[in-house]
Amino acid sequence: MSEPFDPARWRPASFLPDKDARDPALLFVVAVLCFLACLTALAAIAGARAADGWASEISGEATVIVRARGGETPDAAAARAAEVLAGVPGVAEARALEKEEAYALIRPWLGDVTADLDDLPVPRLVAVSLDRAKPATGEALDAALKAQDLDALVDDHSVWLEDIKNAAGVVRWTAAAVFLLIAGAAAAVIAFATRAGLAARRDVVEVLHLTGAEDGQIAGLFEIRFAKVAAVAGAAGALGAAVAGAVLRVAGGGQGLTPALPIAWTDLMAVLPCPLLAALVAALAARITARRLIHRL
Amino acid sequence: MSRNAHTAAVEPPADEILRFSGVSMRYGRGPEVLSDVSLSLPRGSFHFVTGPSGAGKSSLLKLIYLAARPSSGSIRLFGEDVGVLPGRDLPRLRRRIGVVFQDLLLLDHMSAFDNTALPLRIAGHKPAEYRNDVAELLAWVGLKARMHALPPTLAGGEKQRLAIARAVVGRPEILLADEPTGNVDHEMALRIYRLFVELNRLGTTVIIATHDQDLVARSARPVLHLDKGRLRPLPPQGPVEQAAVE
Repeated sequence: MSEPFDPARWRPASFLPDKDARDPALLFVVAVLCFLACLTALAAIAGARAADGWASEISGEATVIVRARGGETPDAAAARAAEVLAGVPGVAEARALEKEEAYALIRPWLGDVTADLDDLPVPRLVAVSLDRAKPATGEALDAALKAQDLDALVDDHSVWLEDIKNAAGVVRWTAAAVFLLIAGAAAAVIAFATRAGLAARRDVVEVLHLTGAEDGQIAGLFEIRFAKVAAVAGAAGALGAAVAGAVLRVAGGGQGLTPALPIAWTDLMAVLPCPLLAALVAALAARITARRLIHRL
Repeated sequence: MSRNAHTAAVEPPADEILRFSGVSMRYGRGPEVLSDVSLSLPRGSFHFVTGPSGAGKSSLLKLIYLAARPSSGSIRLFGEDVGVLPGRDLPRLRRRIGVVFQDLLLLDHMSAFDNTALPLRIAGHKPAEYRNDVAELLAWVGLKARMHALPPTLAGGEKQRLAIARAVVGRPEILLADEPTGNVDHEMALRIYRLFVELNRLGTTVIIATHDQDLVARSARPVLHLDKGRLRPLPPQGPVEQAAVE
């Protein structure tokens, strides 16, 4: 026989039933969406870093092609060009490539004809390392070479740099768009779930409404309910994405998955706001949906 | 009160709690379920609403407990024109009304105690303020031993009394009951009726929609009789006040 009811020990029950048969399915779907959103965020961060790295490497270097003029030998012209370039402000180092290195560059096109190349005026290359903080411009290098009457062509990689910057921008915006799409899908799923939840609990909503509950009070119940579900789902999705990121970091060696997509350990922190964001999206979706439905009562 | 008074132009009496002026109502684009209903009820009165099925009894109650809006006409409740009140003000008025719904609308996941305490919780009262009152009320309606029970485990009469307890726990100024004796035997119907009379004696305005002609006849209370959505005056069933049917 059960104990007699003691009003002094009574604690108010939840306005909404504690358990809903739909909660596990909703939790799973939102967790998957949060997992995908977090992975997208990690990919965006790693992609941005990779693009920055490529741009930084290319923008820190320039290549100068030097052709001998008059009686000057190609090696002498290259050495003089390296000396001139080393004196230009914003240049960290200028090094004339050896004859063999120049030959190695054209070997893929001409084959192994090194012996015959000595008779040809093969241009020499000067590799220039620029000061990362304040790099010299291609124009400045060109002007310095012309001032010393050197026949040279400066390639500061600006064409490639622009392409890489464009590619990095595409990566960033694509990742942001995919992230927003997934967040939107999560919000839509929660909105549908709220609508279904409200329809299933129409009796509760109706009683609360007719007993004098304000619209905000009723909507608040659903906001809290779905925010909790989404927070748990967000935590699960974020944890999954963090584990996946850690696996890629470890499996990819020192630079993450590949040098093209370097994941850093600190990147994994990006998943931390996921539960909070998921809860906020859910609360907002629940609030809008609940208020609309209550107004139709 | 004059039967032909143009109520909109006349200052309402100080003790008037409800006034309908030319109220009509329809659901969506359907036919009118209430047509040109005008009435005025004084505070502390006790009325039955009678009429055949589909006459508009439940619709009349819905208008009073603000679950529906009239298609035309105006309603003054507690001296306020509900037609011009913004939606955010309606909960304040609903809290002054207790309703025994026709289908009871008990919350199955809550105990009898929780169901009864619901209006007080919604009104923002603290449990310590009302838990003893709720327990006393449940004992008064004969549910002392069933306070912890969930509604699906209660018998029909117990559910009915629980719904009544929830309706009256907040000491409403108006108590509306839609077929409150529809699912109980005659003895229980009389017991519930006596409960309403007691509440009325304490100052609550009571309006009961019912098919139970025997109960109406025994009670000798004024009747608001609806027929095809129109209010038809009936002679009082006994020596008590006259319903102010205009």
